[in-house]
Amino acid sequence: MENHVLIRIDGLVKRFPMGQGEFTALRDISLTIGRGEFTGLVGPSGSGKTTLLNIVGSLDVPTEGAVVVDGRSVGRLTTREAAQLRKERLGFIFQSYNLLAVHTVYENVEFPLLLLKIPAEERRRMVMDALEWVGLVPKVKSKPPQLSGGECQRVAIARAMVKKPSLVLADEPTANLDAANSHHILQTMEKLNRELGTTFLFATHDDKVISYLRRKIYLLDGRVDKDEIIVVSKTESL
Amino acid sequence: MRLAIKLAWRNLIGAGLRTWLNVIVLSFSFVIIIWMKGIMTGWDHQAKTDMTNWEIGGGQIWHAEYDPYDPMTLNDAHGPVPEALAQGVESGALMPVLIVQGTIYPEGRMVPVAVRGVDPGQTILQLPAHRLDTVTDAIPALIGTQMAHTIRLKAGDRMILRWRDIHGTFDAREMEIVEIFSCTVPTADAGQIYIPLEMLREMTLLNGEATLFTFRNEDTAVTVPEGWTLKTKKELTRQVDELIQTKSAGQSVLFGVLLLLAMLAIFDTQVLSIFRRQKEIGTYIALGYTRGEVVGLFTVEGSMHAVMAAMLATAYGLPFLLWQAKEGWTMPLDTSQFGMAIAQTLYPVYTVGLVISTILIVLMTTAIVSYWPSRRIARMNPTEALRGRLQ
Repeated sequence: MENHVLIRIDGLVKRFPMGQGEFTALRDISLTIGRGEFTGLVGPSGSGKTTLLNIVGSLDVPTEGAVVVDGRSVGRLTTREAAQLRKERLGFIFQSYNLLAVHTVYENVEFPLLLLKIPAEERRRMVMDALEWVGLVPKVKSKPPQLSGGECQRVAIARAMVKKPSLVLADEPTANLDAANSHHILQTMEKLNRELGTTFLFATHDDKVISYLRRKIYLLDGRVDKDEIIVVSKTESL
Repeated sequence: MRLAIKLAWRNLIGAGLRTWLNVIVLSFSFVIIIWMKGIMTGWDHQAKTDMTNWEIGGGQIWHAEYDPYDPMTLNDAHGPVPEALAQGVESGALMPVLIVQGTIYPEGRMVPVAVRGVDPGQTILQLPAHRLDTVTDAIPALIGTQMAHTIRLKAGDRMILRWRDIHGTFDAREMEIVEIFSCTVPTADAGQIYIPLEMLREMTLLNGEATLFTFRNEDTAVTVPEGWTLKTKKELTRQVDELIQTKSAGQSVLFGVLLLLAMLAIFDTQVLSIFRRQKEIGTYIALGYTRGEVVGLFTVEGSMHAVMAAMLATAYGLPFLLWQAKEGWTMPLDTSQFGMAIAQTLYPVYTVGLVISTILIVLMTTAIVSYWPSRRIARMNPTEALRGRLQ
């Protein structure tokens, strides 16, 4: 059972210093997220979605409570261990893509593999596979400024997926995209989740994203307001 | 490190004109520093070589009373050729020189001079002493171009030379300039008149005496007699070293300004990069870099300006530096008036040490200047950086 759990959050509290006092962004959050889930943290702005996503992504640490991701307690990791966790197990997709502007599509997707010191030949194969998943092989030599928003986000997905991470964290991935591109992106991610078994955790308030989620964790004022699991029949999911 | 270099290279090439402007400015620093240092080294070599060829040979033995900076010592600064040196003089390994005070009267003007008696058959110095072996009814004399220019003399001019003999009695005779030689060593030229040694000895009644002896070779082994002092070539050229050192210190200020300008450009670029590329910094961290590694990446990126500048400097600087080494740098002013051993055309000499030390200094300075603003990244909050918020 424990092996099935990818993320375990127990009594998580996150406070930020604000002026003379403190602002509590997350209050007593307890959750478990299993491997292969396609889950979203849903809520209005300021509800704590991104803060929670950052802590799960080991970019931030809890003030109180425990967050265990793929067997590693985020609050207890050293800077180097946290970087190692991100490098090996996590993929990130951001609202504004965060691609390296001076690098080509190929180089952007290749970047996480360079960090993992994967040999050149294998690296090339993995990058081309990832670009194939998102349908961007013809754009391999383009640079981000030459791509549309939808294409940029597909590059970001390929970059997040290329190392086949345990978990992909996507923060408002469709916020800058039109409806058609949003659906295309979401279908791509859903397909990768299904085919590769990668766990996706979204932070969103976009209805288009919400409609694709199989589990919706509603946050309100830093608390879990509702945790809704959508039952999908096997035939529907296929 | 390899990854940092690879990424830094991509980032620098991607940054385009900004990178190239920095690289061009920095490459100027490389070329100018190496060229100017080369000129200094070349000057040093040239001055020492000229001093050796025109004045000091392989070193000298001075009479204990001799002080080249005090003409009043010349009255007593002479003695018979010591036995220990006689064989050296005989074999041509040593050249005796007698120096006395004198006065010349060109066109009625009175000009104090040092009269140097040299053997017309000497071959140790480049001085054209053989020209003293001239049949003339006057005292044949050689002077340098600087002296000739100062007192407006030319070859063939005649004037009265007055001197005192060993008893202090004044005597005077007509002297003829048989040749004007050109040399870059002021102490061998300014205020110096060369006449045949035996003639001077006769005129001053200092038969068989000398003020100093010049060695043909630096490594000639001699026993220095009592009352005489050995002056090695190194001691005699120390002044040149000191002069060059003083000039080099002055030049260092210019190098400092040059480097400062180049470093300012790199510092600015680094600061701008850190402010403009916050989102990129956050992305690096999200993808698995530690903040320390991002600091390293930015430092490598800044330092690579110097590497690229070195390559660019090689491309255009190498032909320029080689051309200068061959053609030399001709001074725009008449150097004979400078009062120091400096040739009209200086030929830069580039040593391996000069090139390596310049590259190392520029690289290290660039690395420090690149690291300095990059330290800020270590204090950045990655979640804020990811959103591109200024910190």
